Amino acid sequence: MFAYYVRLAAISIRKNAAMSALMVCAVALGIGACMTAANINYLLAKDPIPAKSDVLYAVQLDSWSPDHPFRPDGTPPTQLTYLDATALMQAQYAEDPPAFRQAAMSRTGFVVEPEGSDGRPFDANGRATYAGFFAMFDVPFLFGQGWDADADAEREQVAVLSRALNERLFGGENSVGRNVSLSGSIYRVVGVLDHWRPMPKFYDLSGDSIGDPADVFVPFSLIAARELPRFGNVNCWKPLDGDGLNAFLASECIWIQFWAELPSEASRSRYLAFLDNYANEQKRLGRFPRPLNNRVRDVNQWLEDGLQGTEPAAMLLAVGAMFLIVCLLNTVGLLLAKFLGRAQEIGLRRALGASKRAVFCQYLVESGCIGLVGGAGGVATAWLGLRGIEALIGDFIANLLVFDGAMVALAVVLAVACTLAAGLYPTWRACNVQPAAQLKA
Amino acid sequence: MDDKTMLAMRDVSKVYRTDTVATHALREVSLTVAEGEFVSVVGPSGSGKSTFLNIAGLLETFDEGAYQLDGQDVSTLGDNARSRLRNEKIGFVFQTFNLIPDLSVFDNVDVPLRYRGFRAAERKRRIEEVLELVGLAGRLKHLPAQLSGGQQQRVAIARALAGEPRFVLADEPTGNLDSATAAGVMALLAGIHGDGATIIMVTHDPGLAEQAQRSVRIADGRIVATEDA
Repeated sequence: MFAYYVRLAAISIRKNAAMSALMVCAVALGIGACMTAANINYLLAKDPIPAKSDVLYAVQLDSWSPDHPFRPDGTPPTQLTYLDATALMQAQYAEDPPAFRQAAMSRTGFVVEPEGSDGRPFDANGRATYAGFFAMFDVPFLFGQGWDADADAEREQVAVLSRALNERLFGGENSVGRNVSLSGSIYRVVGVLDHWRPMPKFYDLSGDSIGDPADVFVPFSLIAARELPRFGNVNCWKPLDGDGLNAFLASECIWIQFWAELPSEASRSRYLAFLDNYANEQKRLGRFPRPLNNRVRDVNQWLEDGLQGTEPAAMLLAVGAMFLIVCLLNTVGLLLAKFLGRAQEIGLRRALGASKRAVFCQYLVESGCIGLVGGAGGVATAWLGLRGIEALIGDFIANLLVFDGAMVALAVVLAVACTLAAGLYPTWRACNVQPAAQLKA
Repeated sequence: MDDKTMLAMRDVSKVYRTDTVATHALREVSLTVAEGEFVSVVGPSGSGKSTFLNIAGLLETFDEGAYQLDGQDVSTLGDNARSRLRNEKIGFVFQTFNLIPDLSVFDNVDVPLRYRGFRAAERKRRIEEVLELVGLAGRLKHLPAQLSGGQQQRVAIARALAGEPRFVLADEPTGNLDSATAAGVMALLAGIHGDGATIIMVTHDPGLAEQAQRSVRIADGRIVATEDA
């Protein structure tokens, strides 16, 4: 009977082509939106650095206001002040450093001035950080390497370029040792990154958590020395004591991301003790007015805590799911209209011996067929949605988005399941049509 | 009741109720129809003829009384059992033909056979046989809209006969046909009756009613007269 029901469904879909197309479109849009959102959610929720996610820790120091916590739930600030970040980094150069590696970092930006008279200046994203950043995050190099600790200390104007920027400036050649003009200053290229797109950009969720890591990496010490611009979130609980960069750097404003590599449980405990000692020291100096509340969070905790970054993805998924529900509610209405419009045929079939179950199966199969076609449409919609995201964010995301056989199958199965669910009520109504009432006409 | 009784109703009543009104469609109707008998049911509009036919065809339930179809008490049957009984024992012929417009003649006749669970070859044999019987063997692939009213009614009769029912219920089978075509349809019914089927036919037409062996008159939900032809 299944083949018979499929044939009847095909006839019915062809007969009511416009209404069927509406239902298919509704299912396709809902599934497409949902799958697109699910893909992005998956992208943002997955472990961005599985080999080291359990040894890399985001550092949180509670330097916040005595009057209220940084967050109502007592979570300490997610970024550090310049004073604290540089002090913690200074400890790394001691004989007995507190962590295996540490790196403070902040977003910055440059105007890149290409060589030659016809080279038009363009903006580039930058990241000011410490030498340990590259080894800590397993950043792959195409040419050269990161700078060393001396370059941090000596405030050397050195730069690591992204592969894309190197291709744009030097045609993809090995540019190590060559100079690049950034915002009017000359920097020596010491390294060129290979493809590197951690997703999400876990080490800095304060802004665009799925964007490009950076075009240029420079020593953190140049923020003060070259007065580099600072991009990203800045939160202050206390007014600045004066104007200018120095006042800002000396302030209680938080704007620096800070990570430590702690390979063992012992090193983690030791590091937490180090943070508490540091905080107590600062208390003696009149800072850190709140009770001790210093934390380290590994990569996955950092993401799971929903401190930043992951919430929009979950919200996107929720919006996608709600959109699917709205589409399915429309489908319920359309199926109801379609099925009850065939009440006379249902009555006739019942009179000729069809049981309620037979009628139920027939119309459920029709719902499933609509879901199947809608699922195919949903795959196409999801593909278009992901291409749209690619266009918005950049080609690099193409390698990260999942659009394989499993996703296609999932979309189709989800579409069929959702449409069957949407078809349950209309089908139940259809199989309860009273034959006698329909056959009098 | 002897073994050759097809329909036996005793004091069957049917009331349609709304919140404020109760309409007595049938009142204590008692009727026995023997197997192989051809009975016409006549009466004015609203007298209860269609309700009687619907109950006889298991399309509706009744409120009081007893009804045995082919020796089986149907008052306690569930929906599935009633469906199966309709499919196996009853053939319906409607005034408005009630063909499914999107299905071909072949597929329309196929509908009750599908629910009967016959295999494809058996269905094909039966369909071709009954369409040959009603003179439409050459119209297998036609859609109902491509046929005349008389041809459509013949398809409906073929559909009713395909399952070889022993009981045929016809509700104004010639009501939508001209007299010449109606005569052809009546000849078909007479032929079916001649082959041993029990027929109950609702009609307004006294001339057609006379062609039955017995005529039952219903008024106000009651059987008021029974006349042998």
